[in-house]
Amino acid sequence: MAGDAFATLSELRTELAARRVGAVELAEACLDRIAAEAHLNAFVSTCPERALARAKAADRRIAKEGQTALVGLPFAHKDIFCVQGLPTTCASNMLANFVAPYDATVAARMDAAGAVLVGKTNMDEFAMGSSSQTGHLGSVRNPWDTGRVAGGSSGGSAAAVAAGLVPGATGTDTGGSIRQPAAFCGISGLKPTYGRVSRYGMIAFASSLDQGGPMARTAEDLRLLLACMEGRDPRDSTSAEVPPTARDAKPRPLRIGIPGEYWDALGTDMGTALDAARRAIEGLGHQLAAVSLPHTRAAVASYYVVSSAEASTNLSRYDGVRYGHRASAPKDLEDLYRRSRSEGFGDEVKRRILTGAYTLSVGYYDAYYQKAQRVRRLIRQDFLDAFASVDAILGPVTPTPAFEQGTMQADPTDMYRQDAFTVPASLAGLPALSVPCGQVEGLPVGMQLIGPHFAEDRLLALGEAWQRETDWHMLRPRESRAAPEAT
Amino acid sequence: MDSETVEKLLRLSALELDEDGRARLLRDLGRIVALIDEMQSVDTEGVAPLAHPLDAVQPLRPDRADPNVDRATLQQGAPATRDGLYLVPRVVE
Repeated sequence: MAGDAFATLSELRTELAARRVGAVELAEACLDRIAAEAHLNAFVSTCPERALARAKAADRRIAKEGQTALVGLPFAHKDIFCVQGLPTTCASNMLANFVAPYDATVAARMDAAGAVLVGKTNMDEFAMGSSSQTGHLGSVRNPWDTGRVAGGSSGGSAAAVAAGLVPGATGTDTGGSIRQPAAFCGISGLKPTYGRVSRYGMIAFASSLDQGGPMARTAEDLRLLLACMEGRDPRDSTSAEVPPTARDAKPRPLRIGIPGEYWDALGTDMGTALDAARRAIEGLGHQLAAVSLPHTRAAVASYYVVSSAEASTNLSRYDGVRYGHRASAPKDLEDLYRRSRSEGFGDEVKRRILTGAYTLSVGYYDAYYQKAQRVRRLIRQDFLDAFASVDAILGPVTPTPAFEQGTMQADPTDMYRQDAFTVPASLAGLPALSVPCGQVEGLPVGMQLIGPHFAEDRLLALGEAWQRETDWHMLRPRESRAAPEAT
Repeated sequence: MDSETVEKLLRLSALELDEDGRARLLRDLGRIVALIDEMQSVDTEGVAPLAHPLDAVQPLRPDRADPNVDRATLQQGAPATRDGLYLVPRVVE
């Protein structure tokens, strides 16, 4: 990045403040990197004119006031956030020509903080997927091995940060869509507490689960981004009225829960990598304690019922009338709806809509939708019970490292089961941090720290402490290293 | 899951699929329903459904107009409009 493409946001702030580099230079370097690494398919679009205009304004602001907040720092939005005047496609044919008429609250806040948007990142269509292969512009490639997936649905943001195209990006997480691609690409990602970040202008998938959050190389950078994204928004009735994430001046040794339901499910290689991380966390002075989350096994089922039901409702707005794709020469209104939707949506989105219609339909509502919501309460209660005795919970993010492109296509439920460790925290509305903690087969793997509602500070402080003692997060794609020997 | 249910779901969802698509869907939905049925063994007797993860209630804001986007701007992205109205195929002859 004008020097080092892999510099962190925090490092770039120092450089900008010292006037060793300018915002225009940084934005241009990002745009060059994005073009040079176009094969990763990490971006849906770039906005060079807007970026350079904002970068010039940032340079003037820095000259006058010094560097504050995110002034002059380049970044990317997942293409699910509306940015006024820019294409916002959700990687769908349905919105291929949609230009956002207003700003998402997150977009407006990032602009106000002085960050310089360089482009919009690729994803799974409408954020429905765990591999970023379902978008209308094709698969995102994992920078560590382009034959592998980047994870999803925020795979473009993860790949972009991992490959040094941008130092930070936004993502959204409904069932793991920030944490899982962060783990697959060897970067850091935070799913905030439900309600921490406004959903206004963030294209809806499952409204009781969707949450925007930051993706970057380090936990320290996540904190920087979150500070500008978060906060009560009168335009989102589910945004929470809570104080901003503060920095605890005196981090203390914590009690960290180890849920057997997560750890016992790991294969040998993942288990070895995660065990090393667990011992290292203990080495930082934290106390480990076994906890139980007994309803974990039902989480994937509950999640796919709740999220698909909400998706089928949310996506009923795409009717070919007000915006989005419209079928040509419709013979009547029904035909207009049916063909616009059938041409506009891809296979996975259709499957989710139809699954949702099934679980919400007469005769199945109680057995599926209501049942899933009852299981959801039990899953949340598991966490609340655990947090009575521990400060945070440590586990894996994914069952395996990034899988190969094109696999897990024959049976959609194979992919759904990949979300086993991320959907429980989503159902419970809890904050969860994904940070790199090792490698398996030369590919990055992540660990997940789950905290009580609104305990983002505690998770970020743990992540920061972890990253002061380890350097998994600083490895660059194709740098591999053997796991530390078991002791 | 049977083909009759698939037809009904397609109708409810305003979606259409060709014959191959419907066959694939029948198979996929069968697998998905088998997966979601895994939660049926959980005892939820006496457990209230959870709709909001923080059990929060909908807060009310002051009843004040908050104009954010005007109609003309919104309709710039519409497939067909006239005089500020959205155009659709004729519904009433």
